[in-house]
Amino acid sequence: MEIFGVPSALLGSQLLVGLINGSFYAILSLGLAIIFGLLNIINFTHGAQYMMGAFVAWIALNKLGINYWVALLFAPIVIGALGVLIERTMLRKLYKLDHLYGLLLTFGLALIFEGIFRDQYGISGQSYPVPELLQGGVNLGFMFLPIYRGWVVVAALTVCFATWFVIEKTKLGAYLRAGTENPQMVQALGINVPLLITFTYGFGVALAAFAGVLAAPVYQVSPLMGSNLIIVVFAVVVIGGMGSIMGSILTGLGLGLIEGLTRVFYPEGSAVVVFVIMVVVLLVRPAGLFGKA
Amino acid sequence: MNNSNSMFARATPILFGALFLIGLVAPFAVYPTFLMKILCFGLFACAFNLLLGFAGLLSFGHAAFLGSAGYVCGMLVRDVGVTPELGILGGTLAAGVLGWVFGVLAIRRTGIYFAMITLALSQMVYFIVLQWKATGGEDGLQGVPRGQLFGVIDLSNNIAMYYLVFAVFCIGFFIIYRAIHSPFGQILKAIRENEPRAVSLGYDVAKFKLLAFVLSAALAGMAGATKTLVFQLASLTDVHWHMSGEVVLMTLLGGLGTVLGPLVGAATIVSLQTELADSVGSWVTVIMGTIFVVCVLLFRRGIVGELQALIRRAGIR
Repeated sequence: MEIFGVPSALLGSQLLVGLINGSFYAILSLGLAIIFGLLNIINFTHGAQYMMGAFVAWIALNKLGINYWVALLFAPIVIGALGVLIERTMLRKLYKLDHLYGLLLTFGLALIFEGIFRDQYGISGQSYPVPELLQGGVNLGFMFLPIYRGWVVVAALTVCFATWFVIEKTKLGAYLRAGTENPQMVQALGINVPLLITFTYGFGVALAAFAGVLAAPVYQVSPLMGSNLIIVVFAVVVIGGMGSIMGSILTGLGLGLIEGLTRVFYPEGSAVVVFVIMVVVLLVRPAGLFGKA
Repeated sequence: MNNSNSMFARATPILFGALFLIGLVAPFAVYPTFLMKILCFGLFACAFNLLLGFAGLLSFGHAAFLGSAGYVCGMLVRDVGVTPELGILGGTLAAGVLGWVFGVLAIRRTGIYFAMITLALSQMVYFIVLQWKATGGEDGLQGVPRGQLFGVIDLSNNIAMYYLVFAVFCIGFFIIYRAIHSPFGQILKAIRENEPRAVSLGYDVAKFKLLAFVLSAALAGMAGATKTLVFQLASLTDVHWHMSGEVVLMTLLGGLGTVLGPLVGAATIVSLQTELADSVGSWVTVIMGTIFVVCVLLFRRGIVGELQALIRRAGIR
């Protein structure tokens, strides 16, 4: 079976890879957007935190014998706690300054984390086995679907939509949205805004670590896995705008799919297609697809 | 304050004169290649500082200008066979044009978005350089000849090369100094301090930002092109985002928005990297990251900024 002269199995598997990448873009840009909303900081450490999430899972499996399913909860907690520590001891001191200092601080932290892991594990990747329950695959007729890859998409999207639900539909989410609009007013109404900020940063970071654990069996676990990804995610954030949670999710998924399609029809362009789209969006709609002007 | 400012004004020509003399005799005391590296990165950081320190625009993609100018200069000198001064000119112009493209796109957004856009665009340049055959992919451009300046002076002599680099640095530094102390520089500062007010005073803010961006990119390119001649190599390291981060660090450490800070920062970082390269290996990144964190948290004025504050306090007392 062929579609536009391309075997459907090739097209299907590249679209699946695109969908997986898109899920990672979605989770990561969602985390960036939540953090930016309340802290007014772009978290450059996000890529390193994604990488550390994968490494915590790998270390947990090889040194402590903790399996994948526990790691899926364990790694976000560890990295989220580290995030809380970073917010309490460092980021907190920068809120009154120009927002750019937050970017610079988190950039420095990213260098530190990346350097430490590179010293310990080198730049060649470690492989993480697919958990037993999710091994193998199903033949869908037009393509072969490895079960784990299907699981990544389902799990990532579930977490994304759960986050959307919490922020848009619950009381806690209402505090968060109100804090984004006007922190002084929310504080005056008796809500502990500094605590809310700490919690938000920890949660955004935990999302990155969760994505890291999901990614571990798909990609090699390597110290550099986060830094290249995060730059693409920045472009995704520019394209989507950080104003809307659903916007972040849809933009991330859409761009992943477009990247997958590019890999089929024009492989040389797949590394830059997201950046090209960013340029077009900046020319046509500078505020981003879902951004407020 | 007035008192100390006029004191600075009087001390400035003396300080610059002394530094110029030191620059003239330095290659006889210190290894010239090391000095040339400092001057190239110093000019790079000064060009970057023009944008961040005076216009308040944080570009996280300045490696694209340093690197692409290096590649253009390398290709012109090695593959086309032009003389080195034309190679540097070509690299500078190419970086200026690229800067115009980046600038037109990035000034559509401000603040954090501006930083992310420049970073993403420079990553695009990185991938193009990586995949394009003419740029040598992962190997970069190797064996770029230094050639003969104006077809006369042989640059394979390190001392001759040093004086070319020193001249390029002085020209670049003079352009930046003039730009900062001109009405143009004052308008940039006004935009940095209060953009809406600058708009309401009738200034075409976008035009000034773009001009500053192009100037900064071109001068960063001048540094990159010169660096290619010094090391006879244009490599992927120069277009990588790590380099964009490094120039931010140099400027921040030396003193954001000070005239000499970026040079001091560049000298410090280059010396540190040279010292540490053998002893600590991959910990260099960790150390750079730590300096970043310390600068942002405790040392935001940088070395030169702190010194100026110290002198000011002494002057008032």
